[in-house]
Amino acid sequence: MSEASPAAPEAERSHPDALIEVDHVVFGYDSGRTILNDVTLSFGRGKVTAILGGSGCGKTTLLRLIGGVYPVGQGEIRFGGQVIDARNAEQLFALRRRLGMLFQFGALFTDLSVFENVAFPLREHTDLDETMIRDIVLMKLNAVGLRGAAWLRISEISGGMARRVALARAIALDPELILYDEPFAGLDPISMGVAANLIRTLNDTTGATSILVSHDVEECFSICDYAYLMSSQGKVVAHGKPNQLAESEDPEVRQFIRGEPDGPIRFHYPAPPLAEDFGVRA
Amino acid sequence: MGKKSVETLVGIFVLLGMLGLVFLALKAANLGTFSSGDTYAVTAYFDNIGALKVRAPVRSAGVTVGRVASIRLDPKLYQGVVQLEIQRDVQFPTDSSFRILTSGLLGDQYVGVEPGAQEKMLAAGDQTKQTQSAVVLESLISQFLFNKAADAGATAAPAPAPAASGAKK
Amino acid sequence: MTVLVARLGRGAIELLRIFGHHATFFVDLIRACPAALRRPYLVVAQIHAIGNLSLVIIVASGLAVGFVLALQMYYALVTYGASESLGLIVNLSLTRELGPVVTALLFAGRAGTSLTAEIGLMKAGEQLAAMDMMAIDPKSRVLAPRFIGGIVSMPILAILFSAVGIMGAYVVAVLLIGVDAGNFWSIMQSGVDVKRDVGNGIVKSIVFGFICTFVALYQGYEAEATPEGVAHGTTRTVVIASLGVLMMDFVLTALMFSTP
Repeated sequence: MSEASPAAPEAERSHPDALIEVDHVVFGYDSGRTILNDVTLSFGRGKVTAILGGSGCGKTTLLRLIGGVYPVGQGEIRFGGQVIDARNAEQLFALRRRLGMLFQFGALFTDLSVFENVAFPLREHTDLDETMIRDIVLMKLNAVGLRGAAWLRISEISGGMARRVALARAIALDPELILYDEPFAGLDPISMGVAANLIRTLNDTTGATSILVSHDVEECFSICDYAYLMSSQGKVVAHGKPNQLAESEDPEVRQFIRGEPDGPIRFHYPAPPLAEDFGVRA
Repeated sequence: MGKKSVETLVGIFVLLGMLGLVFLALKAANLGTFSSGDTYAVTAYFDNIGALKVRAPVRSAGVTVGRVASIRLDPKLYQGVVQLEIQRDVQFPTDSSFRILTSGLLGDQYVGVEPGAQEKMLAAGDQTKQTQSAVVLESLISQFLFNKAADAGATAAPAPAPAASGAKK
Repeated sequence: MTVLVARLGRGAIELLRIFGHHATFFVDLIRACPAALRRPYLVVAQIHAIGNLSLVIIVASGLAVGFVLALQMYYALVTYGASESLGLIVNLSLTRELGPVVTALLFAGRAGTSLTAEIGLMKAGEQLAAMDMMAIDPKSRVLAPRFIGGIVSMPILAILFSAVGIMGAYVVAVLLIGVDAGNFWSIMQSGVDVKRDVGNGIVKSIVFGFICTFVALYQGYEAEATPEGVAHGTTRTVVIASLGVLMMDFVLTALMFSTP
C-alpha cells in the first residue's frame, strides 16, 4: 500500500489521462501576498477529485485560475494538454463552453425563474427552439430532482434547492469539466447527502471530470476518487486516495482529517503571555 | 410582467415622449407659425441696423411675413447687409422701403416693409437700398439738444447786442 | 515636508489611475453595446425599468416646477408690466435649463441608485461571475442594455418634464392668475426657437443621460461586495452624477447659448 506523499507528485504530473494539470503555479492577487506557493496538482479524466483545506488556503483561488478568471503569476495550467491563457479572450470563451461551475451559494439569477435560470446557457449558446430547450431543461431539473419546481421564483426556494438548481444550470450544456465551490457549505445533513450523491452520479453517468473544493472531509471522502490537502501557506501538504489520507501519519493531515482543535494549526492566535494581559504578576 | 406588456408599455412611453416633443415644437415654439421652407431671400443695405438681431421678424402692416436670416458688414461700403427671408406667397414692389422699427416702447427691433408703387416685384436674391436705418437714441438726444440750443441761441442772440451797446455808452 | 509631497504625488497618481479605470470601463461598455442591440428585448425591458417607472416622479415634479415658476415669475414680471411674457420666460427656463437638469438630478436619484444597487448586488451574489464562467459577457448582457436604456429614457423624460411644466404654468398663469391665454401662447411661440431652445435642451439631456447612467453602472460594478459597499456605491452615484450634470450644464450652456 503506497504512502500518501507530501512531496510533489512526479508520477502524477505526467499522467497521460489528466484533464487538468496545474504545474508549479505561483499566484497572488497583488504583489503583497502570495496565495499559491508553487503548487502542482493533477485531475484525472472522468474522476472526482477533491481539494481540501482550511479557509484562506487558496482552494477557491485555484478554482478561479482553472476557470481562467485570473492569469497565473508563474507556472502553467493545462486543460486537455492546452495551456490556459487568461488573457486570450477567444481561447477563454472556447474553454468556458466546456466547463460548468457551481458557485458557493448558487449564484442564480434572482430576476428569473428556476426554469429560466437553467435555460439561460442554452438560450445564450445554442440556437435550439423552445420545445427542445424545454425538454432539456426539464431533463436537467429531473436529474437533480427538481422538475416539479421549474416554475418557482428564486426567492421561493430554499438554499439546498438553490444549490441543486445551480447544479442543473452548470450541467445544462453537458460540460466535460464541472467545478464545485464548497457545494456542502451550509446544508443540512439530508441536503448534503443529496448533493454528494448527485455529484457522484452525474460524474459517472456523463463521464465528466469533477473538481470539488470543500472543507467537509466526510462527504468528500465518501464520493471522491482522489484528494489534495492544502495548507494556509498555499502549498499542497498531502495527496492521495481517501483511504491513504485517512491513514496518514503526517500531523497536519491527521489534524485536518480528524478535525482536532489543536495540532500543527494552533488553536491560539499568537498573543503575549496570559499573565501579561490580565495584569497578574507571573 | 409578461414580455408583451413590457413592450407595449415602453411603446407608450416613447409615444408620450414624441407627443411631448411635438407639443413643445408646435404649440410652445415657433415651428408651427413659420415654416422656413417656402421663402425667398432679399438683401437690404442699412446705414445703421441699431439693435436688430438675427431671427427678428419682418413685418408688413404689422403682420409677420418673414425673418432676418443673417446680418453682416459690407467691408467696402461700410453698410450693414441684412439678408431677409420672406414668405413666398407675399411679394413686394421693387421700390418698397425697409425700415428698422421698434415694437412697443422698449421692445425688440424688427424690419417693417412699406410697399411701393412699382409694378415689378422683388425677386429672390434681389438687393435693395431703399432703406431707413434704425433710430439711434444718442443721435436723437443730441439732435434734441442741438435743436434746443438753436432755439435758445435765436432768442438769446439779440440780447447781448443791446447790452454791449449799453456798455459802450 | 517630503511626506506631504509624497502623499500628494500618490494622490495624484491614484486619481489618474481612477480616471484611466473609468476610461477603460467606458470603452468596454461601448464595445459591448452592439451585442446588446442585437437583443432588442433586453434593451426594451430596461427602458421600461428605467424610463417608465420614473414617469410618476418626473411628471409630478414637472407639474410642481411649472406651477411654482409661473407664480414666482408673475410676481417678478408684473412690477414691470411685462406679465404677458410669463409663458415665454417659463418655457425658456424649462426647455433650456430646468427640464434637462432637474430631470437628470431626479434620474440620478431614482434610476441611478436603483441601477447601482442592482448591479452591486448582482456582483455580490456572484451572478456576474457566474455569467462570466458560462462564457457570457456580463457587460453585453447586463450593463450595455441598461446603458442604452438610460440614454434613450433621459431625453424622453426631460421632454415630458418641460411639456408638463409648461402646461402647469398655463394652469396657474391663465386659469388662476388671469393672464391672457392668447398672449401667453403667442408671445411664447414667437420667442422660443425649436432648434436653439428645444433642440439644445434635448442635446443636453442626452449628454446628461450618458453621465448619469455611466456613473450609476460604474459605481455598481466597482462597489465592494458587502451591504456597506453597495450603500456607499449608491451615495457616490448620486453625488458624482449630480455634480457631473451641473458642471456639464455650465459647459454646454456656455457653448450653446453664448451668442444670442
